[in-house]
Amino acid sequence: MNLTIVLFYIISLIVLVSAVYVIFSTNIIHSALYLVLTFIGVACVFILLSADFLAVAQILIYVGAISVLLVFSVMLTIRGEDIQKTNPFNQYKFSSGLVVLIFFLFILRILLLSSFAPSNIAFPQNTVVGIANLMLNQYILPFEISGILLLVALVGAITLGKGINKPK
Amino acid sequence: MIVLEDYLILAAALFCLGLYCALVKKNVVGILMGIEIMLNAVNINLAAFNRFIAPQNLVGHLFVVFITVVAAAELSVGLAIVLSIYRYHKTSSADDLDWLKW
Repeated sequence: MNLTIVLFYIISLIVLVSAVYVIFSTNIIHSALYLVLTFIGVACVFILLSADFLAVAQILIYVGAISVLLVFSVMLTIRGEDIQKTNPFNQYKFSSGLVVLIFFLFILRILLLSSFAPSNIAFPQNTVVGIANLMLNQYILPFEISGILLLVALVGAITLGKGINKPK
Repeated sequence: MIVLEDYLILAAALFCLGLYCALVKKNVVGILMGIEIMLNAVNINLAAFNRFIAPQNLVGHLFVVFITVVAAAELSVGLAIVLSIYRYHKTSSADDLDWLKW
């Protein structure tokens, strides 16, 4: 039993179980913490896929910034109600469960019936060089546009967060 | 030996869990958490395809970087919207946001 196989099953169990806990915990702070565990699990999956830059970027961006942002916004939008009930289910709990299950079986059927031809080319050891080569030579336009997108999102988030002063 | 299909099944299961979370939660921040789970599942899918089928250049990894950037931007604007709705209406439940309904 190869160590990689055991690790893959343990890490995928961690990812799926913590995603299930994100859904089924009615306390939204617990939900956010299980989401952090999901992100860390996904970073471990990236390491199993030899994507070292992606794993570190996932930890930095998702765990380090996005999770903190989510916890801050949770902190600012609870009103002193019972915190154990801040993340309830709505009325579509069972019907959307059925729909999502059918969708998952559909994807699974397509996936298991299609044959992928794996290639034998060696994967580069250092992925940062490869990503940087692509990003700054061939995909420079999406790179610059994503910079502009971040600027627009920054200005928009600050404007929305500032609020409007109503004239008295 | 872990083949490509194992990673794809993991990504599909995670995507369906994120979809269920986005469909079933009342709290708007809970819905946004479901969206983040879905985006992470797609990232796993892209990295797996790049590793097994096309390892000659790293376009899949670059795509994952762009998806992460867009997810961060979208989440910050979405949470700013949630905060500004909460500031005026004192609610963050999606059932109470019904001013555009007939």
